[in-house]
Amino acid sequence: MSVGVIRVVLPAHLRTLAQVSSSEVQVEVMGPVTQRSVLDALEARYPTLQGTIRDHVSQQRRAFVRFFACEQDLSHESPDAPLPDAVVSGAEPFLVVGAIAGGAI
Amino acid sequence: MSKVRVLVGTRKGAFILESDGKRQKWDVSGPHFAGWEMYHIKGSPVDSNRLYASQSSGWFGQLMQRSNDGGKTWEPVDNKFLYDGVPGTHQWYDGKPHPWEFKRVWHLEPSLTDPDTVYAGVEDAALFRTTDGGKTWNELPGLRGHGSGSRWQPGAGGMGLHTILLDRSDPGRMYIAISAAGAFRTDDGGTTWKPINRGLKSQYIPDPDAEVGHCVHRIAMHPSRPSVLFMQKHWDVMRTDDAGEQWREISGNLPTDFGFVIDVHAHEPETVYVVPIKSDSEHFPLEGKLRVYRSKTGGDEWEPLTKGLPQSDCYVDVLRAAMAIDSLDSCGVYFGTTGGQVYASSDSGDSWNPIVRDLPAVLSVEVQTLA
Repeated sequence: MSVGVIRVVLPAHLRTLAQVSSSEVQVEVMGPVTQRSVLDALEARYPTLQGTIRDHVSQQRRAFVRFFACEQDLSHESPDAPLPDAVVSGAEPFLVVGAIAGGAI
Repeated sequence: MSKVRVLVGTRKGAFILESDGKRQKWDVSGPHFAGWEMYHIKGSPVDSNRLYASQSSGWFGQLMQRSNDGGKTWEPVDNKFLYDGVPGTHQWYDGKPHPWEFKRVWHLEPSLTDPDTVYAGVEDAALFRTTDGGKTWNELPGLRGHGSGSRWQPGAGGMGLHTILLDRSDPGRMYIAISAAGAFRTDDGGTTWKPINRGLKSQYIPDPDAEVGHCVHRIAMHPSRPSVLFMQKHWDVMRTDDAGEQWREISGNLPTDFGFVIDVHAHEPETVYVVPIKSDSEHFPLEGKLRVYRSKTGGDEWEPLTKGLPQSDCYVDVLRAAMAIDSLDSCGVYFGTTGGQVYASSDSGDSWNPIVRDLPAVLSVEVQTLA
């Protein structure tokens, strides 16, 4: 089975939680590269991120977290849909983004 | 020389305020967990360096933190709060059944005997416990399952279990309170529970004998007299002398009986503190004057405490978890406001000074008295 190295960009609060200094981390993903497989690999490497991006039980994306890659909003894509080739090849990162608050807080 | 450590949770981080026993000069550290909502931070009564903190955000959910060095450093611990079995439903705002959904941890109550055991009150209301220092959390399902859970309903602020009181004289006895379900007691360590709301009257509940549905804001206890409880309800300040079997109103001459905080003097079990708040809707001090009210008679007769507190143009709120009492000989009283001030009194409330003035909105205040 193929192993890909996927670049993931995390928002500041999650970088602090994962104790990483750079905005980007790299995770190894075996098999198909999807939102689910990337996030599974991310949480395996950084267990403190469990529950912060996806709900512990439903594994659904938390409402105010968005996923982007290649200038596309992938937040509403199936978690099992293949990510763009540029993410799979490592040319582009997969971005985990905190939704804007609209000035509310 | 004695010391005190004040643990402040705010909308945008945690702050730790430390002073010697004189409580005049303070060291301020923080923000810890900058940008996160810190609903509650509390220390173990048997290991003052062991702290637990509830860290949450609308974006990234719930995290739990533990410190073994009095808040200098922290480590994340387990943040999985899974309801026991099939969660079932409670009432929603429209009166229809709504599934229980975990939202956040409101209150942490470390055990009186074991630094690794902590109780956690959560929204949607349930009681959890860790016995391994936060590595795992498990629900005590008897509370939601005792029979009335399907009739509990959230208030405007959510359905949070916000108060946990442990009885020093009886390890099996514990009290909790939920907005807007009411107060409950267990006598067997959390296995079984009973509502203790007899005597509470709420204008919006037509049934005067309603078992649940009361919007209890806070309950306080003096450790030496654990069957006497004081309650700040949405409206009414209440008291029970028989562990909640019957409550009676002690609002007396308060200018308004609405408020959130209530606490008891460390050495005088009949001395009680509240902060009356104008309501409905406004939720700030009456007439722009920030006044703590003290009763030295266990209620009914109250005196305003104003020295050092703003007496004009003050429109902050004091939220339910934002008052604490130290146990030094000259009892200290502390409270935080939504305007970011934390006030301290080192003379039982006779006079006050701001420790800090410009924190984010204060959600909770706890104090540790250190030898």
